[in-house]
Amino acid sequence: MKKQMTDFRVVAREDYLPNFFVLTLQGGEPLDEVRPGQFVEVAVPDCREVMLRRPISVHDVDVEAGTLSLLVQVVGRGTERLSQVAVGSTLNVIWSLGRGFSVAGERVLLVGGGTGVAPLLYLAKCYAARGVRPTLLLGGRTSGLIPTLSRYEPWGRLCVATDDGSLGERGLVTEHSCFAEPYDHICACGPTPMMKAVARSARQRGIDCEVSLENMMACGLGACLCCVAATDEGHKCVCREGPVFDIKHLNQWMNE
Amino acid sequence: MEHISNEPSLQVRVASMTLRNPVMTASGTFGYGEEYADFVDLGHLGGIVVKGTTGSRREGNAYPRMAETPSGMLNAVGLQNVGVEAFCSEVYDRIKHFDTNVVVNVSGSTLEEYCQVAARIDALSAIPAIELNISCPNVKQGGMTFGTRPEMAAEVVAAVRSVFSRTLIVKLTPNVTNVVEIAQAVEEAGADSVSLINTLLGMAIDVERRRPMLSTITGGLSGPCVKPVAVRMVWQVAHAVKIPVIGLGGISTAADALEFLMAGARAVQVGTANFVDPTVSVRIVDGLADYCRRHHIADINDIVGIV
Repeated sequence: MKKQMTDFRVVAREDYLPNFFVLTLQGGEPLDEVRPGQFVEVAVPDCREVMLRRPISVHDVDVEAGTLSLLVQVVGRGTERLSQVAVGSTLNVIWSLGRGFSVAGERVLLVGGGTGVAPLLYLAKCYAARGVRPTLLLGGRTSGLIPTLSRYEPWGRLCVATDDGSLGERGLVTEHSCFAEPYDHICACGPTPMMKAVARSARQRGIDCEVSLENMMACGLGACLCCVAATDEGHKCVCREGPVFDIKHLNQWMNE
Repeated sequence: MEHISNEPSLQVRVASMTLRNPVMTASGTFGYGEEYADFVDLGHLGGIVVKGTTGSRREGNAYPRMAETPSGMLNAVGLQNVGVEAFCSEVYDRIKHFDTNVVVNVSGSTLEEYCQVAARIDALSAIPAIELNISCPNVKQGGMTFGTRPEMAAEVVAAVRSVFSRTLIVKLTPNVTNVVEIAQAVEEAGADSVSLINTLLGMAIDVERRRPMLSTITGGLSGPCVKPVAVRMVWQVAHAVKIPVIGLGGISTAADALEFLMAGARAVQVGTANFVDPTVSVRIVDGLADYCRRHHIADINDIVGIV
């Protein structure tokens, strides 16, 4: 689809978890072609220290309401400033960017950790629209870092793994009992060690698997070549050839 | 009664290349132009300078390659590109019909590599000019080493001059004591134009992790923070050479572009600002026209070098 630069109005802002918030944006443009796993580049308003846009993955899309939601983690000055934007204000957004998830498979596991849970909500909805009810496995250090489960519940079977056992099963996502079940497709998004562990296991079990990589970006359009990942075919832009990659092309990345 | 046109002329010439306006996009910031096709009508630009092209395919440097700094950014991409053969056989066919001057940035590690690439591009009739990159700070060999010594710069320019028949622009590095003597050396050696500045060598440190932000430790600084340095160098060079100067370094508004024109640049390139606003290059074109109308300037050439 054609990439666009649009002024979106902030129609809602809600706290999510400590250091996480959700912005809901409305731009008057049809959003039906936005794919799960794609991202947008948001200009940080009124912030002299921040020049470059901030890449943020699509959390949710309501095609009928024409709204786009972004789940943002405060990690630096740019995202901190974004956390302060008021409802009713305007954000300039370039959208929608990159290659999203294929939404393939019949027995599907979606694994998320940290901000990696962000794209899984809309991804699960897209599976649901296909009549597939995925297993959603969310991981975190402790219960306080697991997102509001009620949001995800309607769209799949929910499983939780925490390092301290304060919610769901104790341990890593790859140690959760649901992880060993038979699947024909796995999607993972989250911290790199988590995605590598999921990808290696999928490779070993012969399950199709996609991971969503995250790197620092400048342009978001595949021009500056700053955000590259080392794939089996050489350096590829996470912003354009990703952020979602089939692990078939990431053997070198998995082995690192 | 004398006829007064409302539309100022923005057309400029850089050696034998005619530009419909002075605004080009800088190499490494605009891909092959295709990346911006959803945002920019390339037919509104004076020209685009496509990615640095080398003799063979290059993977470039390891990630991380970028760090944002106050009013700018460091990069250490390291000339990742498909190589001149793939450029000629695949990329060229996609971009040769663009309704603008498509300039190829030519890079290399050795004098022979520069000549090899330039000779291949010479055969591509839709490319009106090359920009010889003797100023990349992010490669171990060649690159900037050619651009920091007048005699080496002259040698590579003379060699490329003998194999390239159209407009030869030489891109200069600011990482020298005296940019004027480099500019004069390449003019003497047969350059048709000089473009400056490439990035300033810089460094940033992640204090929490106690390590450099870039995999290469140092990188090239660009963005609004470098503009005053660039304007100064363009002004110095424009007063010291007869060939047209192309100014770049931190341009993100029409006023920035006008500073370079008044300092003596015949044309300008917009670089890092493309990352922030993909439409910025055409906005600058519109802004130049608007400035000319407001100040009753019939021909933008009239303000080149007026400072």
